Amino acid sequence: MKITFDWLKDHLKTNLKEKNLLEHLTNIGLEVESVENFSADTELFKIAKIIKTEKHPNADRLRVCDVNVGNEELKKVVCGAANAKEGLITVYAPPGAVIPKTKTKLEVAKIRGVTSYGMLCSEAELNLSDESDGITELSRKFEKDIGKNYFSKSKSNLIDLSITPNRPDCLGMRGIARDLSASGFGKLLDLKEKKINSKIKQNIKVKISKEKGQGCSVFGSCLITNVQNTESPKWLKDKLISVGQKPISAIVDITNYVMLDINRPLHAYDADKIEKGIIIRNSKSGEEFTALDNKKYKLEKGMCVISDNKGVLGLGGIIGGTRSGTEFDTKNILLESAYFDPGSIRNTAKKLNLDTDAKFRFERGIDPLSIEYGLNKAARLIKEICGGEISKIDVQKIETHKLKNITFKPDLFEKIAGFKISIKEMLKILEDLGFKYKKEKKTFRLTIPSWRPDILQEVDIVEELVRISGYNKIKIIDPIKERKKSTLNKSQRLFHFLQRSVASKGYLEVITWSFTDSNYNNHFKDAKKEIKIVNPISSDLSVLRNSIFSNLVIHMNKNLDRGFKDLSIFEIGPIFTGSNPGDQEIVVCGLSAGKKFRSSWIEKERNTDVFDVKRDVIQTLVEAGYNSDKFFIDNKTPSYYHPGKSGRLFLNKEKNQVAAYFGEIHPNILKKINIKTESLVGFEIFIDNLKLPKKTLNDQKSKFTFSDFQKSERDFAFIVNKDVNAQDLIDAISNVDHSLVSNIKVFDVYEGNNIPENQKSIAISVTIQSFEKTLNESDLDKITNLIIKSVETKTGAKIRS
Amino acid sequence: MSDLKKLKDEFLTKLKERLNLSEINQIKSDLFGKNGLISTQFKKIGTLAENERKKFASDLNVVKDELQDLINLKINEVENAEINKKLDKEKIDITLPARSFVRGKIHPVSQTIDEISSIFSEIGFSVEEGPDVENEYNNFTALNTPDNHPARDMHDTFYLDEKKQKLLRTHTSPVQIRTMLKDKPPFKIIAPGRTYRSDSDQTHAPMFHQVEGLHIDKDINMGHLKGCLNYFVKQFFEVDKIKMRFRPSHFPFTEPSAEVDIGYEMKDGKIIVGEGNQWLEILGCGMVHPNVLKNVKVDPTKFQGYAFGIGIDRLAMLKYGINDLRAFFDCDYRWLNHFGFDPLDVPSNYRGLSR
Repeated sequence: MKITFDWLKDHLKTNLKEKNLLEHLTNIGLEVESVENFSADTELFKIAKIIKTEKHPNADRLRVCDVNVGNEELKKVVCGAANAKEGLITVYAPPGAVIPKTKTKLEVAKIRGVTSYGMLCSEAELNLSDESDGITELSRKFEKDIGKNYFSKSKSNLIDLSITPNRPDCLGMRGIARDLSASGFGKLLDLKEKKINSKIKQNIKVKISKEKGQGCSVFGSCLITNVQNTESPKWLKDKLISVGQKPISAIVDITNYVMLDINRPLHAYDADKIEKGIIIRNSKSGEEFTALDNKKYKLEKGMCVISDNKGVLGLGGIIGGTRSGTEFDTKNILLESAYFDPGSIRNTAKKLNLDTDAKFRFERGIDPLSIEYGLNKAARLIKEICGGEISKIDVQKIETHKLKNITFKPDLFEKIAGFKISIKEMLKILEDLGFKYKKEKKTFRLTIPSWRPDILQEVDIVEELVRISGYNKIKIIDPIKERKKSTLNKSQRLFHFLQRSVASKGYLEVITWSFTDSNYNNHFKDAKKEIKIVNPISSDLSVLRNSIFSNLVIHMNKNLDRGFKDLSIFEIGPIFTGSNPGDQEIVVCGLSAGKKFRSSWIEKERNTDVFDVKRDVIQTLVEAGYNSDKFFIDNKTPSYYHPGKSGRLFLNKEKNQVAAYFGEIHPNILKKINIKTESLVGFEIFIDNLKLPKKTLNDQKSKFTFSDFQKSERDFAFIVNKDVNAQDLIDAISNVDHSLVSNIKVFDVYEGNNIPENQKSIAISVTIQSFEKTLNESDLDKITNLIIKSVETKTGAKIRS
Repeated sequence: MSDLKKLKDEFLTKLKERLNLSEINQIKSDLFGKNGLISTQFKKIGTLAENERKKFASDLNVVKDELQDLINLKINEVENAEINKKLDKEKIDITLPARSFVRGKIHPVSQTIDEISSIFSEIGFSVEEGPDVENEYNNFTALNTPDNHPARDMHDTFYLDEKKQKLLRTHTSPVQIRTMLKDKPPFKIIAPGRTYRSDSDQTHAPMFHQVEGLHIDKDINMGHLKGCLNYFVKQFFEVDKIKMRFRPSHFPFTEPSAEVDIGYEMKDGKIIVGEGNQWLEILGCGMVHPNVLKNVKVDPTKFQGYAFGIGIDRLAMLKYGINDLRAFFDCDYRWLNHFGFDPLDVPSNYRGLSR
């Protein structure tokens, strides 16, 4: 909502300065978004006329215009607008002027080799409207003003307020003035509008059809005949321009003025174009009409339309139609002042994707009791400026809007606000805001002003009182440092632990969108269902991610393009398995590219490989408290991993839920995404599948036992079939005698010379130690033989002699 | 007697020469070997007369000790010299680079979440979470934002179905609803997490982070709200004093509602928080609307309290001088390295937020 202090003063008597105003506005909840010194910036803008246009010698779309900027002084201006034609009267900004929209200062500039002195401005550039197609077109009437300032000098700055959706009353100057006065910023002036005293009947019949879902409950109108629509007088034009509106014609300007002044939207019809009266009804499916924005709208069933015998004239409270619009030659006008239901307005506007000033106001709630006041005010102005005769006001209604009452207990104020104000102060504030009150025993019976649809219950009254008293009166109560419940639960603690554990292994944490490119997602979604976003921000962010890999791969690739070769990144966050709340799980996903020890003077360079990520996964899980002796690993992994170089990890042999996958990314995917690196390996840890420790850290520490008896190390070399897993050998050994066998280590794997084809040699060292005695040679031989026997029978291995 | 002295002097002279280890060992065996010169002297003791024996033995021991000490010293000297010579050959260029190490980093948003949790932990808040995909009811209707409410326009919502029943949560406030439906009052929680709005430009990202706060009890009023946020902001920015402004605003789910600004100034292109004459909005808050409490079956005549929502990314930007919101999600290696935190820097109550 754009306002000026000058305009506010139409409603407010005050000696305070604009500086105080800005502070006051913010303090009562009318947030000042920006303040523009309108006059100083806009003095340079002149009314000008294009005398001649030529095609730009070096650019098809540009024209070189000779522009009369006053006193027949011609300026050469390069212009790209399609409507820049000879004879057009428009707005010229000379070098040095600052364009209101972009805040850029113009300079003499060469545009494709032709020097341009200044610029011809679009309405959007002047902040007059959103119209940015082409330059401003002024009517013939401005011919006499060529060379004059387009903007009138205004002493007042343009203040832009951000009005919250609950305060439709503050979409008019008067509502803002009322709030200001209640908070002690001046006195609200009493502006009585004289009632129209007319004997002429409003002879256009208006009917609100009584049907289900009727969006209009009251329709007031009056007829003004024999008007001479004209350009608005200076005071009115200045007013509109001062808040960034473009004057059009007196009738349109007056309706706009009344809307901005008291937030009462009106609509003016050319009465002669209405066929046999007005009917406000629900639209039929497929009905069409052309609105004042020159667009044709096809309506759905049940939208509130203003129609006549021929069809739809306009969408009630949203936009009028071209068929009945007023023009300079309009003789007789029908002025509408109605009440439309906010919900109905919103539904219609949403379906048609329409946003207008009127819609914005009606959907927030217009004062239903301002219908006649608005008509009186506008009709009087029209008569003053355009002449004509005003009819009696006709009001049709299917519902009577009554003032609402509320019982307020003053004690509630302190209970919520935490500070006290006197009853007297409360009543003063409420009265200033337009409430009426009646004292009852311990409560007040408050009558809510008709312009405040947001006041529905007692707490809303508290809000008014705190707001106007000032939030600075709220006393700070320091928080008590006491904790009754632990801050994080176990799974949250695990989340934070894994996050830092993975980072500590050289991975940079990234955060990427929860959505991704469906092409990339397809590579990694495996058996999961694609979840589409109905209204994505762009086509390459159109699905929720089924895996974090898609985003990591995209960003890994970007970093490789930036010239970094060896990089590890990870993200901890949700992946999605369905489109219902809760169809998500938390995953730690890491991705490593390139080499280890690239160009090192001391270490041997090698590609990052699957055993690097295997270590990262296992170490992370071990650090998090899981026992690696119990882990079970096999090679069944999703399709996006290299089928031969990837693994699946369970926390125990029961294989309940997959704790993690790790491995090389499938070579086919690397090819498709065109990633250039020596190696790409990754892992996923599924936090939700990790069993949470039941015990505390302290309980987890079991009794400390150790053996001081001598330990022996024995090495074994077995020859096995190639498809036998090393883990099978380890399992066979560890099952021999848990009390004696420990620290089973694979120290060599060999295939090739001296080993039969399709077989391999696995060398394992085992520590043998007893808790009871020092083992003698025969004890050791016994256990060694058991180990060999166990491995041979369980895995088909042969001990190498 | 004179024999002993002669023997001693002879060997002392010998031992003063430059000798190698085997030469010294030869001397050692000449003297102390089985038939060494000193050893044979000891054998002599038994043959001496009683009156001579004591003195001879004593003198012999003195000579033996003297020679033995000198031999040991010589051995030490020679050995040391040899070791030093060997070590000198082993000398390397110690300025060569160390074996390489890689350093991982924690994203500034994660670090900020940990900082926030740590601060609120101290005053008794616990952490709750909710799903990223929400239903329309929890995200809007239950929060007193019925369909057709203009406040819904303030949220550009991503939808997952044509009926607009399933969406990506536009704020963390639905966690309020989930928490209150799940448990019984009092409630004292924060809920950090991802939130989504379908707009994207220099200052808006389609995904960002919020932390929700909710404190409901029998007598929690606006003074508690102000006190809690005042405490939080001071702790977070690690300053003793901070300029803060509560101004009235509107959110459908709180009444009265407020927005909170903090004072700042620009110094050398960097924001200094807490001083200066400029105001910067950092959060929205208010007293939980009775309609919201009714929706979650909490009696608003018995319980009341406040809620707030803070933009986490914004806080991180302010605290750590990060200019561009979009960079948070760009995953640029250089940026992550620069603005990321060491994983060992865990913010906590006892050691504080910063090193």
